[in-house]
Amino acid sequence: MKSLKASGHPFAHAATQIELLEKQAATQPRPTFRSKLQSADLFPLRPAGLDVLQINVGKMCNQVCKHCHVDAGPDRKEIMTRETMQHCLDVLAKTTIPTVDLTGGAPEMNPDFRWFVEEIRKLGRHVMVRCNLTIIVANPKYNDLPDFFRQHQVDVVSSLPFYNADKTDRQRGQGVFQDSVKALRLLNAVGYGQPGSGLTLNLVYNPAGAFMPGPQASLEQQFKRVLLSEFEIVFNSLFAITNIPISRYLDYLVASGNYDNYMDKLVTAFNPAAATGAMCRTMISVGWDGQLYDCDFNQMLDMPLRAPGRHIRDFNADELMQRTIAVNEHCFGCTAGAGSSCGGTTA
Amino acid sequence: METYYDPADLKKFGNISEYQKELADKFFSYYGAVFAEGALTAREKSLIALAVAHTVQCAYCIDAYTNDTLEKGCTEEQMMEAVHVAAAIRGGSSLVHSVQMMNKVKQVSM
Repeated sequence: MKSLKASGHPFAHAATQIELLEKQAATQPRPTFRSKLQSADLFPLRPAGLDVLQINVGKMCNQVCKHCHVDAGPDRKEIMTRETMQHCLDVLAKTTIPTVDLTGGAPEMNPDFRWFVEEIRKLGRHVMVRCNLTIIVANPKYNDLPDFFRQHQVDVVSSLPFYNADKTDRQRGQGVFQDSVKALRLLNAVGYGQPGSGLTLNLVYNPAGAFMPGPQASLEQQFKRVLLSEFEIVFNSLFAITNIPISRYLDYLVASGNYDNYMDKLVTAFNPAAATGAMCRTMISVGWDGQLYDCDFNQMLDMPLRAPGRHIRDFNADELMQRTIAVNEHCFGCTAGAGSSCGGTTA
Repeated sequence: METYYDPADLKKFGNISEYQKELADKFFSYYGAVFAEGALTAREKSLIALAVAHTVQCAYCIDAYTNDTLEKGCTEEQMMEAVHVAAAIRGGSSLVHSVQMMNKVKQVSM
């Protein structure tokens, strides 16, 4: 399987995705995201703080997942340079942003990843890495990642869409579940997820299809029970995430004829409390090229951030806190039901 | 082609209150209470509902509880086992009544 970009798919262009989202919103008898925010007295959406700097260090990945909002894969060559990383470090040094969330692609495939983590930790910031698990066993040069994470007290956040091979492999590729189990055992072996270790291993559940996630606590219970009894794996928390209708997941929805029903579900489940707690209100997303966005999804849709400085080298926290957050129909994914964010439910 | 069933009607279930609000409100309040976490988990109740949906052969209910069981993290294997429970009870119900048939046969036969 290739990325949308490599296969020349129309959805490789952000403008085509936005056109579809807006055209459907205009022709279907359902309210727009903007109107729902207005009815909840939340429009325009504004920042509530700056707790997380989420940095996408590149689109290269060893996997090609069917739902990937980044359209990541081995054929994607966009990688953050050390120079841009240094700009990020400069921003951290002059602000008090407590948490850095490293994402990709597979962030570990960036040749400067380890240097970057070390430098962020020197600044005393909390680091979490969105590790796809299989990268740990993909190549011997990555086998020591659990130990590297442990040494630097990095929180590991890993996608595992289900506790069996069938559903996981359907979404993430043949053999991914088996390799994920191997990687989880390696993480557990150095202390990750073990009670009292102080090493946090959180898993991310997202539905393998055109439906919403159920209650996070119940899913966490099921995952913990099955992963422990069948694979002797332990972890801290499960984040239940709603699939956002962009990129490859949008392609899946349209190709399978599920788009309208899925959007109807998201719109019907709009929850003002989830909108109030939306992650874009407390984070800034940095693209591989240093451009700034309201979130990782807006980044993939090339929706520019509304502030004078739109590049990490021009970062101005005061100006950023005054901006209005760019929204479109895909935002319904974060505000449905119990809400959805990179840290799970929000309401 | 026009049919009696329209999948879009499922979303209009709440509209039944237009003609009788008081009873609809009572029903939906009761419905919500039934499916809340209790002595049985919401997940177990959803699997029961999926099985019953097949027993009453309600297309709306099958649609709704296929989605609901998936959302609650049930596997396809668990969902099909639930339907087999419904099928076993339906089949068993027919077969156990054959005892009546046997009784009658014995009663009227030499």
